[in-house]
Amino acid sequence: MQGEALYSIFLNAAVVNNFVLALFLGICPFLGVSAKKETAWNMGLAVIFVMLVSSMAAYGINWLLTELDLLFLRLICYIAVIASAVQLVEMFVKRFSPTLFRSLGIFLPLITTNCAILGLALFQTAKEYDFLQSLVYAAGAGVGFMLALMLMAGLREKLELARVPSVSQGAALSLMLAGLLSLAFMGFAGLGGSVG
Amino acid sequence: MAVLPNTTENLSLDTFVRGLWEENPVFVMLLGMCPVLAVTNTTMNAIAMGLATTFVLVSSTVLISLLRNWIPKQVRIASYIVIIATFVTVVDYGIQAISLELYAALGAFIQLIVANCVILGRAEAYASKQRLHTTFINSLGMGAGFTLALLSLGTVREILGSGSLLGIPLFGEGFQPWVVMILPPGGFFVLGAWLLIFNWMRLRKERRLIEQSGAAANAG
Repeated sequence: MQGEALYSIFLNAAVVNNFVLALFLGICPFLGVSAKKETAWNMGLAVIFVMLVSSMAAYGINWLLTELDLLFLRLICYIAVIASAVQLVEMFVKRFSPTLFRSLGIFLPLITTNCAILGLALFQTAKEYDFLQSLVYAAGAGVGFMLALMLMAGLREKLELARVPSVSQGAALSLMLAGLLSLAFMGFAGLGGSVG
Repeated sequence: MAVLPNTTENLSLDTFVRGLWEENPVFVMLLGMCPVLAVTNTTMNAIAMGLATTFVLVSSTVLISLLRNWIPKQVRIASYIVIIATFVTVVDYGIQAISLELYAALGAFIQLIVANCVILGRAEAYASKQRLHTTFINSLGMGAGFTLALLSLGTVREILGSGSLLGIPLFGEGFQPWVVMILPPGGFFVLGAWLLIFNWMRLRKERRLIEQSGAAANAG
């Protein structure tokens, strides 16, 4: 995968294999914080930041563990690094924007168990990306996550005003919407090079 | 969601059954959705994923329950995650040793069990306060409920999407598979449909309760 162009990695992560809608990573925050566009935007920014930090860290850890021949510790190290990165973001947000801190609520610490971030670290290792490629991959994945979250939030804000049958209220309707979005994103298949 | 017990719970049948139905992690609490949607395109994958998650869930909550008086409050989440990650590594290498084919089919989702919020949720809400045997039974119930949810998606998607069950073809040559069901959108649609059915059942039950109390009031 050494030769893969950067723009193709970015497109691939952001739309073709969108982390939320095609790979099913990070569904919990996707359903949990997509009720308002503003919160969704801020959540997206937080996730992009954590992704970039943990992607860099994961690259370093993978190099170190390969040198030391301790690959079975990889998963534990990755999750520890992600947890620390999330802690960092949490302190930062709490210090500079208490309102944002309140609106994100429990979903901020839960970024730790957001599988999109751990997934990113695992995929970049599996694909053997170099440092720059990993960084671009992380940026693409983050942007893709934000895109899906914003689309969903926009749809749900409109739906607030619509009258839907009482059986379909809540998560069931959100999942159906996500299905339609995912169907639409399948149209991007083949764009920006290889799938997978 | 039922009230989480703050005092230690006594062992009863409810400890197990609660996880299957009333507090089903997927259908009721909406936790751990990622693997539910991602690896349920065939029944076999669903079973394997369910068993792997149950194993990690049971062993890590049992260990956490044993260590609950030694883990300091401030670093408990980090400790839980390290314990869970250890068991996931065990499962990861285990599946590789048993079947490489299955390992390839499940892909990164085995390692992503670490990020399954069902497990961390159980550790924090139950195992950190309860005794060993109730924790074991409760986790077993939750794991069974999770596997049940995976199966109910996996079977529907496999039957509709490839016309087979556990790899055995069900329909004749003329069957045109509904391919979208084994692709990503199908996961969202099938889970959405299940939730619709459960919502409908819940609403019907509530309506019946209201009618009954109304009839009782009229009679009185």
